[in-house]
Amino acid sequence: MIVTTEKLTKRYGDRAVVDEVSLSVRRGEVYGFLGPNGAGKTTTIRMLLGLVRPSSGTASVLGEAPGTPKALLKVGSLIEGPGFYPYLSGRDNLRVHAHRRGVARTHVEAVLEQVDLVSAANEKFRRYSLGMKQRLGVAAALLGQPELLILDEPTNGLDPAGMADMRDLVRALAAQGQTVLLSSHLLGEVEEICDRVGVISNGRLVAESTVEQLRGDTVLLIKADPIEKAHVLIEGSELRGDVLHVRETDPGALIRTLVHADVDVQEVRPLRRTLEEVFFEMTGVA
Amino acid sequence: MGSVKAELLRLWKWPATWVLIGVWLVMTLTFGYVFNYLALNGGTNTRGQSQQQLISAMQPENVGAAVVRGLPMFGGAIILVLAALAIGSGYGWGTWKTTLTAGPRRVSAMAGTLGALGIIVVLLVALTFVVNLGASITVASLEGWDWSLPGVDVWKPIVASLLIAAMWTGFGVFLGVITKGPALAVGLGLMWAIVTENLLRGVGSLLGPVESLTKVLPGGSAGNLAGAVGGSGAPGVLNDLSGTTAALFLVGYIVVFVGTATLLKVRRDLV
Repeated sequence: MIVTTEKLTKRYGDRAVVDEVSLSVRRGEVYGFLGPNGAGKTTTIRMLLGLVRPSSGTASVLGEAPGTPKALLKVGSLIEGPGFYPYLSGRDNLRVHAHRRGVARTHVEAVLEQVDLVSAANEKFRRYSLGMKQRLGVAAALLGQPELLILDEPTNGLDPAGMADMRDLVRALAAQGQTVLLSSHLLGEVEEICDRVGVISNGRLVAESTVEQLRGDTVLLIKADPIEKAHVLIEGSELRGDVLHVRETDPGALIRTLVHADVDVQEVRPLRRTLEEVFFEMTGVA
Repeated sequence: MGSVKAELLRLWKWPATWVLIGVWLVMTLTFGYVFNYLALNGGTNTRGQSQQQLISAMQPENVGAAVVRGLPMFGGAIILVLAALAIGSGYGWGTWKTTLTAGPRRVSAMAGTLGALGIIVVLLVALTFVVNLGASITVASLEGWDWSLPGVDVWKPIVASLLIAAMWTGFGVFLGVITKGPALAVGLGLMWAIVTENLLRGVGSLLGPVESLTKVLPGGSAGNLAGAVGGSGAPGVLNDLSGTTAALFLVGYIVVFVGTATLLKVRRDLV
């Protein structure tokens, strides 16, 4: 495990912003940390980076206590938007960051290339578009070849093209075997990119599994005539109005059964709950 | 060391650093030499200073005193603003979170900032010395005075200048950390350096205990040290304490300001 937390809790006064969260991130996976705004994602991430001290519970990042130099030097992060000096160029900002991380200057050029910012590297950070700022944030996170990349809402505020760029970048990193913890409230983003998902709501981790498992089994929708005969023929089917819902792993066999019984099969299609539906069920957000 | 290099790089390339240093150099030249030179050559009011005092203030051998006398109040205020901006701006820009997640321990990150600010402040004092020396030599040459370079005892006002500058830097750092932003830190700092202590000195003429207190406040201690090493004729310069006592108070303030700021930086959540 790259990251583990055990009953990690942060309280401000009586209010638990993060409430006994126990999660785990495995090496090489893209872990989606999913939750509505204010659910506790950023506070959890800040605790993993040592910016915020937990009220109780424990956390381990790459086998080290969060916030220690040993842990931080193996982690690259982008939290709630990039934090850079506006009067410095992108390249100089990375040079400042490289000094702090003890990384050679040559690595700055490599990460600039990786995020496709070489041509704009000498422009002042304040003149960057939001997308460029986010990419510079990812570049800074990549300095020193971290074992774990923590990206907190990396597509926040980006236009659709910028979001697509950022997703492509994360996908490319994942393809190289980079472990990524990606926090987001955008379900499509998580569904598209992540291997496993942790869903947090009101400070509590309400689910943690693969996207597939979260979405549950596929249900087949069948439209047939006569529908009552089809209902009798298919054991375990559920009649919903003029269609059947069937949990079936072999649609071919099912269709053959109906056709052999002279049932007119009009439509067969898989029905799956989207991650969005699952998310709304779990978090109570509508 | 990496933290110092990082902070030095960003402070070196920060326009505010050079604007503030530039403003200070222009001020010290204007009030230290230009106005005195004009007063000497046809001015009608010499602020009660005799011609001999004006000449003495502009002599190259007295450049040490010229450097130190501006620092208790106006120079100090500029240094405080620089330090408060350097620390406070990081909260608004979000650069503290980038710094504190980069790898070094918090105390190392803070030491890096303090170290880089220290280097900038030493540079400021050195530039003030060089610029004042250049101005004094120019004036002496123009006027045809016999002049000599400062003697070895110039180290006293220079060390005093560094100590005063370090105290104001520490004060600015403290305010930047405690207010977690540049605007309030600069506002409070300027208010203290320019207004509050002067008002308290005014009240001190009515109330004895307040008068005693004003002598040992940050600006008062700085003014007394400047006065003890020969600085005179500038706002904020005092002659109520010995140089040693004033220096000890300044060291105390540096320890308290820097210590508290570092402790807060290390222990406080960054949300």
